[in-house]
Amino acid sequence: MSIYLDRDTRVIVQGITGRMAQFHTKDMLDYGTNVVAGVVPGKGGETVQGVPVFDTVKEAVAATQANASLVFVPPPFAADSIMEAADAGIEYCVCITDGIPAQDMIQVKRYMMRYPKERRMVLTGPNCAGTISPGKAMLGIMPGHIFLPGHVGIVGRSGTLGYEAAAQLKERGIGVSTSVGIGGDPINGSSFRDILEQFENDDDTHVIAMIGEIGGPQEAEAAAYIQDHVTKPVVAYVAGLTAPKGRTMGHAGAIISAFGESASEKVEILSAAGVTVAENPAVIGETIASVM
Amino acid sequence: MDIHEYQAKEVLSNFGVEIPAGALAYSPEQAAYRAREMGGDKWIVKAQVHAGGRGKAGGVKLCDDDHEIQAACEDMFGKKLVTHQTGPEGKGIYRVYVEAAVPIDREIYLGFVLDRTSQRIMIVASAEGGMEIEEISESKPESIVRSTVEPAVGLRDFQAREIAFQLGIEPGLTQAMVRTLQGCYRAFRDLDATMVEINPLVVTGDNRILALDAKMTFDDNALFRHPQISELRDKSQEDPREARAADRGLSYVGLDGNIGCIVNGAGLAMATMDTIKLAGGEPANFLDIGGGATPERVAKAFRLVMSDKNVQAVLVNIFAGINRCDWVAEGVVQALREVQVDVPVIVRLAGTNVEEGQKILAKSGLPIIRATTLMEAAERSVSAWKSDISPNLKAV
Repeated sequence: MSIYLDRDTRVIVQGITGRMAQFHTKDMLDYGTNVVAGVVPGKGGETVQGVPVFDTVKEAVAATQANASLVFVPPPFAADSIMEAADAGIEYCVCITDGIPAQDMIQVKRYMMRYPKERRMVLTGPNCAGTISPGKAMLGIMPGHIFLPGHVGIVGRSGTLGYEAAAQLKERGIGVSTSVGIGGDPINGSSFRDILEQFENDDDTHVIAMIGEIGGPQEAEAAAYIQDHVTKPVVAYVAGLTAPKGRTMGHAGAIISAFGESASEKVEILSAAGVTVAENPAVIGETIASVM
Repeated sequence: MDIHEYQAKEVLSNFGVEIPAGALAYSPEQAAYRAREMGGDKWIVKAQVHAGGRGKAGGVKLCDDDHEIQAACEDMFGKKLVTHQTGPEGKGIYRVYVEAAVPIDREIYLGFVLDRTSQRIMIVASAEGGMEIEEISESKPESIVRSTVEPAVGLRDFQAREIAFQLGIEPGLTQAMVRTLQGCYRAFRDLDATMVEINPLVVTGDNRILALDAKMTFDDNALFRHPQISELRDKSQEDPREARAADRGLSYVGLDGNIGCIVNGAGLAMATMDTIKLAGGEPANFLDIGGGATPERVAKAFRLVMSDKNVQAVLVNIFAGINRCDWVAEGVVQALREVQVDVPVIVRLAGTNVEEGQKILAKSGLPIIRATTLMEAAERSVSAWKSDISPNLKAV
């Protein structure tokens, strides 16, 4: 098992004709991901990397039975594409796009609520590197080869910092069940808590690594959830100890604006919930190894 | 993006929020002239800077006549106003807003924010206006009223009435309060704000509800659909390095330390800063050059980091995943040949083809200090900075 994504997942790429999307579609195919279609309005009938392109997500789903989507659509139109995927019956969607207006994401979240829970799409991102179940499939822009298959579940906000953690694990011969990027935006599809719940219920995941950063309430929510519901060991690192208050640090969501949002407060809250905290990013791999 | 008080008032007033009579001035003479034009017998002169806490810092003055207005303005124009929100360098005063003083009965705090827990727009209000919200939540937390807006239907009048009653607004003014709340909400929603704050919102002696101060912040990611808001940007209020970085598509935040950082990815950039601190140094900046570390972006980044005169060492930390380390290394070498860098440069590459990348750095003949782990990179940066700084210190 793994979460959200495996060899059988049938993937569409929304915005597949863009330069970046084409590049990463090839990369995903090379990794063994089952990319079955692309969607770009007005470009139905074309092919990209041998993958057929459709005008709408509904058509793509009807023709290929796709159940997952990767959104590469530019920021002004990305929210609309996510909603299109949700309406077409896609089960799992990853949105890579960085720069979606926060109020568009409020609408996306509200729109998804119109479907009953069993039919509601799961969204991770936006502004993330994607999700990978090593050795099975990759839905995103990450370098697949730095992840070994294994039993550590990784969930994080940041792309390259997540790679850093995966590379440290690989160096020690430790593998990953699934790595999920939840993205750096203030309003995102899934929270740390949502992913922790998945990992807790996944037999293939033995240890959970959580890579947080300053800003927002999600690390504290995760801590409360871990305390009450998670039986597996959890290791965390929180970036931004040196970040000043009230400044946005690259990610739109990385801003300390309220109590409990600084890195040191988050570390304290997570430690109190029984999480093993890596003190600096250079020892994330070592800390995970120590709890296995 | 932040805007000035007078701009926020104009925006809100277009949405039906009542404001006192006021006028903008670019010189002391203009301020005095515009006050006379406006009429009245008491005016407030307010420095227009992108920061709160202006009153305590001397940026707000009550004046009785033209002479006082002129004198107050002469004290302000061209100066840097230092408040607890500006940092020690302060913010330059190039515009003042002259406003007719109004008789105040009571002061209310009113704020609209994007609440990340409910993932909705939230209204935060308190009958204890005049104080900052942090102070109110410390000293009078029970006075704070909160209400979230269901995005499908927007702010309902009943919610606005509930807030008015909870704040103890007298029945005759409920409708005016509902209008104010709806105006702020519509401005927030229609213009993609991330924050609207009116502190204080006042009930006047002659029974009106007026916004005496106003602050608005807009979602940078939504500016593409609000050209009229982009127009309100005032670069004089931004850190010049950050403004330059933003114009070049780089994400930069200036800090007080002296080890410059060039990193790909926001999380890794913060983690690199933290590691420098742990190694005993202080980062000079946050800088995310984006996922793909092209030679052009690395060169731009060096120019930007070196424009900070406090920088005494530069740490480059790139995780090359999709892009290979050898390609990134060539970019770093090319950038260092183009840009004059006269401080130690420490480069740590990780990811694909690390060995080839290291070879390219070594063969370049450039005095690059190489590191393999993040901790090693931070330690070498700190020691390079320390050994580099000592001759300078002696010279001083």
